[in-house]
Amino acid sequence: MFGWEFPPHILGGLGTASYGLTRGMWECGDMDITFVIPKPFGDEDRSFARIIGNSQVPVAWRDVDRDYVESRIGRVMDPDLYYRLRDHIYADFNYMRTNDLGCIEFSGKYPSNLLEEINNYSITAGVIARTIDFDIIHSHDWLTYPAGIHAKQVTGKPLVVHVHATEYDRSRGKPNPTVYGIERDGMTHADHIITVSNLTRQTVIDHYGIDPAKVTTVHNAVVPLSQDLLDIEMPRATKEKVVTFLGRITMQKGPEYFVEAAAKVLRNCSNVRFVMAGSGDMMDKMINLAAERGIADRFHFPGFQKGRQVYEMLKASDVYIMPSVSEPFGISPLEAMQMGVPSIISKQSGCAEILDNVIKTDYWDIDAMADAIHAIISYPALYRQLREDGLAEVAQITWDKAGKKVIDIYNKVLGRN
Amino acid sequence: MKAICFNFEIHQPFRLKRYRFFDIGRDHYYFDDFLNDDILSRIVHNSYIPAAETLLRLIEQYQGKFRCSFSVSGVAFEQLERYAPEFLDILKKLADTGCVEFVAQPFAYSLASLADPEEFAQQISETCSILRSRFGITPKVVRNTELIYDDDIAPQLVAMGFKACLTEGAKHILGWKSPNYVYTAASAPKLKLLLRNSKLSDDISFRFTDYNWNEYPLTADKYIDWIASTPQEEQIVNIFLNLETFGDLQPATSGIFQFLEALPRFAAERGVEFVTPSEAVAKIKPVDALSVMHPISSADEARDVSAWLGNRMQNEAFEKLYSVAERVRQCDNRSLKRDYSYLQTCDHLFYMSTKRKADGALHSLFSPYETPFQAFTNYMNVLADFLMRVEEQFPSQVDNEELNPLLLTISNQGAEIEALNKELASMRKNIEQYNIEHIGRDKKKEEPKEENPKAEKKTRGRKPKAETAPKEPKAKKAPKE
Repeated sequence: MFGWEFPPHILGGLGTASYGLTRGMWECGDMDITFVIPKPFGDEDRSFARIIGNSQVPVAWRDVDRDYVESRIGRVMDPDLYYRLRDHIYADFNYMRTNDLGCIEFSGKYPSNLLEEINNYSITAGVIARTIDFDIIHSHDWLTYPAGIHAKQVTGKPLVVHVHATEYDRSRGKPNPTVYGIERDGMTHADHIITVSNLTRQTVIDHYGIDPAKVTTVHNAVVPLSQDLLDIEMPRATKEKVVTFLGRITMQKGPEYFVEAAAKVLRNCSNVRFVMAGSGDMMDKMINLAAERGIADRFHFPGFQKGRQVYEMLKASDVYIMPSVSEPFGISPLEAMQMGVPSIISKQSGCAEILDNVIKTDYWDIDAMADAIHAIISYPALYRQLREDGLAEVAQITWDKAGKKVIDIYNKVLGRN
Repeated sequence: MKAICFNFEIHQPFRLKRYRFFDIGRDHYYFDDFLNDDILSRIVHNSYIPAAETLLRLIEQYQGKFRCSFSVSGVAFEQLERYAPEFLDILKKLADTGCVEFVAQPFAYSLASLADPEEFAQQISETCSILRSRFGITPKVVRNTELIYDDDIAPQLVAMGFKACLTEGAKHILGWKSPNYVYTAASAPKLKLLLRNSKLSDDISFRFTDYNWNEYPLTADKYIDWIASTPQEEQIVNIFLNLETFGDLQPATSGIFQFLEALPRFAAERGVEFVTPSEAVAKIKPVDALSVMHPISSADEARDVSAWLGNRMQNEAFEKLYSVAERVRQCDNRSLKRDYSYLQTCDHLFYMSTKRKADGALHSLFSPYETPFQAFTNYMNVLADFLMRVEEQFPSQVDNEELNPLLLTISNQGAEIEALNKELASMRKNIEQYNIEHIGRDKKKEEPKEENPKAEKKTRGRKPKAETAPKEPKAKKAPKE
């Protein structure tokens, strides 16, 4: 499997989803999974998959002794594997900037030279593909598609690409041609394409011109929360209700609709506060908009939240809202449901396809959104119904079921039945 | 003898328009007239009219041998009046044949029986008066909304003068017993019960066009054969259907009307008769008393009231709604009363069900909403506005018990003022006479002065105020009593 992020060092939903899926497949049994990421930190959970970091894969031959390798990268990679990989260098990459072990450095994030890093990822993937024995290649998101194609060309093994998002979603329909090109290349070379929702599946078919027979939807799932997180206690103002938006404040997430809906609610009720947690290129614009609507005293921007803070924020909320204009899946409402927070999501979100105990509105329908917010905070029966049935529902959405579906796809691609 | 007892239900709710929370307190009209008109007109033309005409033809053709019964909810009457009065003429024709019995049911097609007996009784009598004024009929048989029935309801129905009640042949109540007998109510032995044969009824309404059903296609021949081959002692088969089964639920192209038309012919061949509910309970002796502890109904797989009161939202809406029942009865604001009955229609609660699978599919088939949450939100918004209007009429600080005498005083104030005025006039006369009599007499006899010091006060040149004065102190005294 080629991936870009892996918990605990994650930047978005991709890492969580890759982790959950890999684990879910492992739970189905009889799987030997190698997961490639640009830069491991050594604290990843390796109980169910072997993790190889591209930044430890040699692409230029260096004569180094075992103790030195052990001391340099022993924390994240077995030195034996280093030597095995070194035996499979397939071209002279000395012209590249390599370190004393003959490896290329990776940031493991989304740096400004992302395209270069994608290319380097692909180069090292070639070494890995030549070294390791496997049956199928699985690439998570466009960043790893070139690596997947490379591995397929080297070994002739089938390629499955997993579309967690498309450039169409990220750009509201005005894709960057380079990214689009990489995505389309990956999809056309793939033997099968997995999408995280029917919405994304349709995008892949319509905008990338892919044969529908080759595209299958496997909805994401969630990992059950630890008791520690469920037990978080947050001080609450008894009379005030809190409505929360969590996520990047970007065009794709539809933050302006949330502000407009909040203004509508505040015109009629006074005992409610709105929180837009996260950061992004539209944050300043949103702060201005809230001020313009005259609701800045009840509309708060606490900034980017990570790790435990996210769950604390959810625990302190009465309503979670995700008005995304286009969301391939959107795992956060599921997390809100796990914390017992009723959610309002846009119909344009992939997770709307599998969730029943949430309120769904069109992202542009701020009247409906305002009405839903008002209903949850004013009618206790609705709050409790959504909360309790939501908890029960989300407990059924587990990764092993998704993993099973992916394994079925593998078997189909490999011609085993 | 073996007989079929048909009952055709006609009911359509007043569906609500999309009502946002910012409309609360601003917009007091709640109903989606366009949608209601659209749905009712469609059903009337696809189903009610052709079905009723078919029945009319059958009655003429079989000269009284074919008989059936109808029940029409009050809200359906009002919608028919508004959008399809031509159908009411056909109903009138049916009533005039003498072969069609009309069965009473709650005006609003509500769950009032589960919440407020007085409201329930009032709603039944409202429907009765409609039937009386329209068709000149006084119904003897009653059916509650969706055949809801339990032991508490039976004595009430007897008190209202009904001889029989239609209800569901719920399996969990009957156990090994058959619904094809007449029963009596355990809690009120005078009341006879006719139980719906759910298998044979649903065969028509739900399975008629079901290709997966092993008995598909259903023919009149086969159907009558099933009925005729029930055990000899089972004398009555109660088939209670929604009238829109013919032509709407089962489209005309499925042959449902031909099926209906063919039934009497095959029935005659096999010696099966048709009866109305009244005739059934008159002719057939009851075999047993039936006790129903918890309410049963014809809805959903569970055959209880969980279709309307199955989750938190439904219960909340239901409780809020009936919390003001007594207040609304006390007021005389017509539009408030009308809205109250339209809001009580149980369909609103039906849309809020969160059941899944087969039951859930049925709930969402009829629902104008996308989700139960939307149904709840919309209804609660409307209800919030309605409750505010009730509050405006009668502030909630005043108890119902307090309110009663207050209202009584207000309604009686005219009569009381008149009485006091009369008293005043006669007193004045008395005083005048007294003055005349006592002019020139000694001041020895001052006893009568104690008798009417009040009257004296009033007479002293304060005529305009004297009229209003008695009103206030009287009205204020009332609650203290």
